[in-house]
Amino acid sequence: MDFLHNLYIGFQTSLSLINLWYAFLGAMLGTLIGVLPGLGPIATIAMLLPSMYTLEPTSALIMLAGIYYGAQYGGSTTAILINVPGEASSVVTALDGYKMARKGRAGAALATAALGSFFAGTIGTMVVAAFAPPLTALAFEFGAPEYCALMFLGLVGAVVLASGSLAKALAMVVLGLLLGQINTDVITAVPRFSFGITELMDGINFVVIAMGVFSFGEIIANLGKPAEHRDVFIKKVTGLMPTKQDFKDSAPAALRGTILGCLLGVLPGAGPMLASFTSYSVEKKVAKNPGEFGQGAIQGVAGPEAANNAGAQTSFIPMLTLGIPTSAVMALMIGAMTLMGIQPGPQVMTTNPSLFWGLITSMWVGNLMLVILNLPLIGIWVKLLTVPYRFLFPAIMAFCAIGVYTLSNNTFDVYCAAAFAVLGFVFHKLGFEPAPLILGFILGPMMEENLRRALLMAHGDWSVFVTRPISATMIVVAVGLMIAITLPAISKKREEVFVEDE
Amino acid sequence: MKIKSQRDFVSGLALIVTGAAFAIGATNYSFGTAIRPGPGYFPFGLGIILAILGGIVLFGSLTQNRKGGDPIGAIPWRPLGCIVGAIVFFGFFLPKLGFLISFPVMIVLTAAGGNEFTWKDALLNAFILTVISYLIFIYGLQLTIPLWPAHG
Repeated sequence: MDFLHNLYIGFQTSLSLINLWYAFLGAMLGTLIGVLPGLGPIATIAMLLPSMYTLEPTSALIMLAGIYYGAQYGGSTTAILINVPGEASSVVTALDGYKMARKGRAGAALATAALGSFFAGTIGTMVVAAFAPPLTALAFEFGAPEYCALMFLGLVGAVVLASGSLAKALAMVVLGLLLGQINTDVITAVPRFSFGITELMDGINFVVIAMGVFSFGEIIANLGKPAEHRDVFIKKVTGLMPTKQDFKDSAPAALRGTILGCLLGVLPGAGPMLASFTSYSVEKKVAKNPGEFGQGAIQGVAGPEAANNAGAQTSFIPMLTLGIPTSAVMALMIGAMTLMGIQPGPQVMTTNPSLFWGLITSMWVGNLMLVILNLPLIGIWVKLLTVPYRFLFPAIMAFCAIGVYTLSNNTFDVYCAAAFAVLGFVFHKLGFEPAPLILGFILGPMMEENLRRALLMAHGDWSVFVTRPISATMIVVAVGLMIAITLPAISKKREEVFVEDE
Repeated sequence: MKIKSQRDFVSGLALIVTGAAFAIGATNYSFGTAIRPGPGYFPFGLGIILAILGGIVLFGSLTQNRKGGDPIGAIPWRPLGCIVGAIVFFGFFLPKLGFLISFPVMIVLTAAGGNEFTWKDALLNAFILTVISYLIFIYGLQLTIPLWPAHG
C-alpha cells in the first residue's frame, strides 16, 4: 500500500489550490516558451530563478517542472507546424510531423502528439512513483567510483545524440569537459584557466554557454540564409482530431514509445532525446511499410512524442534520488533546490516527503493541464508563429540578453554570451552539434571530482572501477555502447535517420 | 595531398590547437601523483585527447571524399557583426546608460542584422519590446536592472 499512500501524500500537495495554480502557470509559460524558437526552458528557468526565492520551495519546483514539460510540449508544436524543433528532443518529431502538416494534417499531428504525450506522461508518473524508492535504495550503494562510471556512461550517451561525425561528437564532449575545467579546483582550491579574471574563478555559468551557442549562434546562422530558406508557414490548420485509422496506427507506437522513454529517460546524458530517437528507429523497423516514414507517418509522431514525454518524467528519477542532473534543465532544477536550501539527494524523500511526492504527482496534473490547454489553443499558436521573423529574432535576442544579465547582475556574463555566440556560429559553420558540449560541460566537474575521490579511496588503483559490481556494469554498458557506435555498419544506421529525410 | 573537406580540415586544426593550448596551460598546475591527482591531471589528459580527436578529423578531411569539397561557405558578416555587437553594446552600456536607453538601442542594432531591415519596423519593435520587457522583468518580476543613466 506504500505506493498508494505515497500518491495520496503527493496529490494532497499537488492538488492544493496554490500548487494547481503554479502548475498551470508553469505549464502555460513553458508551452509559450517552447513555441518561441530560441527561448528554451533553460533561459526561462534562469530568468525566473531570482524571483523564485519568494516562493515556497514546493510551489517553486512544481512551477519549474511545469515549465520543463510545457516546453517539451510547445517545442513539438513548432516542430510540427514550421519544422522548427523548439527543443532538442522534438527534432525527431519534426521529421514526420512537419510532413503531415504540409499535407494539411497538422491538426491530426498536433492532437496525436498531445494525446500520445499525455498517455506517456500518465504511465511515466506511475513509473516514477513506483520505482523512485527502490532506486533511492540503490543510491545509497553509490560511492565515488559508481558516480564516476555513471557519468562516463552519460558522456558516451551524449555522443549517440549527435547525428554527424563520431570524432566530432566526441570532440564536442571533450571540449565541454575542458570548458568545465575553467573553475577553482575543488580539492586543492587552485584557480584554473582563469587568467586572473575573478569571474572565471567560479566557472562559466552554463546558461551563458547554452544561450550563446544555441540562441544567439542559431540566429546568426539563420540570418545568414536567404529569407525563403528560413521558415515555411502554413496558412490553415484543418481537421483537429485524428481519424479512427490514425488511432489504430498510433496507439501501439505510443505504447512502445512510452516503454522506451521510461527506460532511457533514467540515463544521464541521453534522456528524452535519445528515447525519441530510438523510438523513431524502432517504429521504422516494425512498420508494415517503412517507406511512409519521412513522408508523414503518424507512428513517426506518436512514438517519439510518447517516448520523449515518458523520458521527461523518468529523467526526474536520478535528479530526485541521486541528485544527478540528466539534462541541462535538471541541473537548473538542482540549482533551484540548492538556492532554496534543499540539498538534492536520496534524503529528500524522507526529510521532505510532501515536496518529493507532490512534485511527482504534479507531473501528472501538469500533463493533464497541457492537454486541456493545448488542444483548444492550437489556432492561437499558429497565429503567434505568423509573427514575421524580422520582429521575432530581435525579441528572442532581447529576452535572452536580459536573462543573461540578470543571472548574477553582471556584465561579464553578457560578454561571455557574446563570445559563445561567435563560437556557436563557428560550430554551425564547421558542422559541430552543440548538445554533447553542453552535457560534457555539466558532467565534467562532477566526473573529475568523483574520479579523483575514487582514486584517492583506492590508493591510485584504477581497477576500483571494475571490481565494484555497479560501477563495473556501467563501464561494460558504456564500452558496449561505444563499440556499437564505432562499428561502421551501426554508425551508418545512426546517421540514416537524420540524413534520409533531408 | 588534397583537402577533401574544407570544413573538417579547419575543424581538425582548430581542435588540435585548442587541445594543445589546454594541455600546455595545464602544465602550470600540479599533476599530483596517481594516488593523489592534482589540479593539472584532468585538463592535461583531456587536452591531449582533444588534440588526438582533432588529428583524426584532420586525417579524415584529407582522405575521405565528400560532396563538392564540403566548403565552409561565405561568412555572413552583417548578422554576425550586428548580433555580437548588440550583445556587447548591451553589456557595456546597461550599467552606464540604464535599461531605458541601452535596451531599445540594442534591439535596433540586432534588427539591423536582418536583410529586411527598415527603420520604421525596428523602432516600432524596439518600442513594443521595451514596454513588454519593462512590464515583465522590472514591474512584474522586480529584477534589479538599472533604469536611468548612472550619475557621475
